Amino acid sequence: MSRFPADSVGLVTPQRQAFTEPLPLACGKALAQYELVYETYGSLNRAADNAVLICHALSGHHHAAGYHSIEERKPGWWDACIGPGKAIDTNRFFVVSLNNLGGCHGSTGPSSIDPATGKAYGASFPVMTVEDWVNSQARLADVLGIGQWAAVVGGSLGGMQALQWAISYPERLRHCVAIATAPKLSAQNIAFNEVARQAIITDPDFHNGDYAAFGVIPKRGLMLARMVGHITYLSDDSMGEKFGRELRNDQLNYDFNSVEFQVESYLRYQGQEFSGRFDANTYLLMTKALDYFDPAAAHAGNLAKTFEQLQAQCLIMSFTTDWRFSPARSREIVDALLAARKPVSYLEIEAAQGHDAFLLPIPRYIDAFSSYMNRIEVSP
Amino acid sequence: MSLRADLEIIQQWIKPASRVLDLGCGDGELLHYLNQHKQVQGYGLEIDPDKIAHCVRQGVSVIEQNMDKSLDNFADNSFDSVVMTQALQAVHYPDRVLEDMLRIGREAILTFPNFAHWRCRLYLGLKGRMPVSEFMPYTWYNTPNIHFCTFKDFEDLCRQRSIKVLDRLVVDQTHQSRWFSGLWPNLLGEVAIYRVTR
Repeated sequence: MSRFPADSVGLVTPQRQAFTEPLPLACGKALAQYELVYETYGSLNRAADNAVLICHALSGHHHAAGYHSIEERKPGWWDACIGPGKAIDTNRFFVVSLNNLGGCHGSTGPSSIDPATGKAYGASFPVMTVEDWVNSQARLADVLGIGQWAAVVGGSLGGMQALQWAISYPERLRHCVAIATAPKLSAQNIAFNEVARQAIITDPDFHNGDYAAFGVIPKRGLMLARMVGHITYLSDDSMGEKFGRELRNDQLNYDFNSVEFQVESYLRYQGQEFSGRFDANTYLLMTKALDYFDPAAAHAGNLAKTFEQLQAQCLIMSFTTDWRFSPARSREIVDALLAARKPVSYLEIEAAQGHDAFLLPIPRYIDAFSSYMNRIEVSP
Repeated sequence: MSLRADLEIIQQWIKPASRVLDLGCGDGELLHYLNQHKQVQGYGLEIDPDKIAHCVRQGVSVIEQNMDKSLDNFADNSFDSVVMTQALQAVHYPDRVLEDMLRIGREAILTFPNFAHWRCRLYLGLKGRMPVSEFMPYTWYNTPNIHFCTFKDFEDLCRQRSIKVLDRLVVDQTHQSRWFSGLWPNLLGEVAIYRVTR
């Protein structure tokens, strides 16, 4: 009957929640009203103690698992980890996955209509921070009747949200799972983001962010931004293995116009595909949220002190070839948790795939992730 | 649940609700026991993926970290007890690890095999070869045990570094204490369990 794999959550329908109470933001502005689009998998138990929140990364969205239609070829972005019998077992957990504010997949963002002007927000959409997102997610939890998450889980920028949850709402989660992430960006991380932003902003079609009014999109800039970003998601090893110095047509052309190496072709394809489905203003906003994330800044840079009020147990995982957020960055988090005397487990997973590893079904990773999640106590 | 014999001895030296760091915690057996029975806040350090997975399954806080590289991320006096079972002979700098254990914890609990046990002496003395036994099954060129020592050696090191031996229990392979090992421990004891402090 079902055409979906047995361990898939199957067909899912996104839901939408409108909020009318203004949301104060770190930048000083407030969002007067907004909508969040989200999906849920599994069912909330009577005690409402089996809910797991999934936080997405830079280009992610609410569609984390399952399929939107029978025709959909690829499942949600974290289908490897969410489903019946998977690491985040939907037979046990009620999983909530949303599109963050400022996103371009249905939640209120730069391409939404600003009720104050009747036109798209465009460049006027406020810069969001990880803290703002967590506050908006807490309001969604309220609406869904979830007083305390069994776990808040995320990779990369999503891991930062999981950490921020544990800091901002210590009593509202029992477990925090932060994967392939960092307690703040390094100068190199920010530098890569700045290159991506410059690529977008200097695109003649950007029009200071109001490209929608001109009926264009800064496609070239967005493509370049994605190409740069994509390099940081892969490892030297995985790129070498995938493409090496392989040529598309077995010959060099001695010019600058042709796509010669396979890796060039791959990056262009990734960039082009991305620029057709992602909003440039959202990309800018997401990179800023990354740059600004630094919860220890409020405690004079002391991360252990930042974790002092934490009540959640933490699982931190990193991947050996991840150079965007290397294992050393995860160890900063672990060391601070140890210094704050909080329960924490840390795994450094041997994986060739670089930063992207957190999205992939790597046996040791999935096994440890499953073991950890399966130990989380929930009412029947 | 019955605890491995040496761990049974060690657990008696751990105070309830204390903080314990277990270096080379294996599958987390000791920490799991201490969590369950003594409300201890424990962390284990381990590098073997399968053993780490086992710890996670048991709910033991485990950190993937090589204690032989550095323990600098652990603050001074941040634990009551630092435990290391059957690993002293396998680290590159046993003296540094010992110093670190006593920097991090108020006391250190260690177990290691005695290379001066009569069977080792006999093997080396008669055969003229590095001892290989059921208990130490490795060949000299392919062994994790790179720093064998004897009880006397260890106690010499403690004296040099002004480390006080609080308890010493000499046992055989099955971790049973025999009356005669109290007489000539360095000859008759196979494994020692030491509790030391500054």
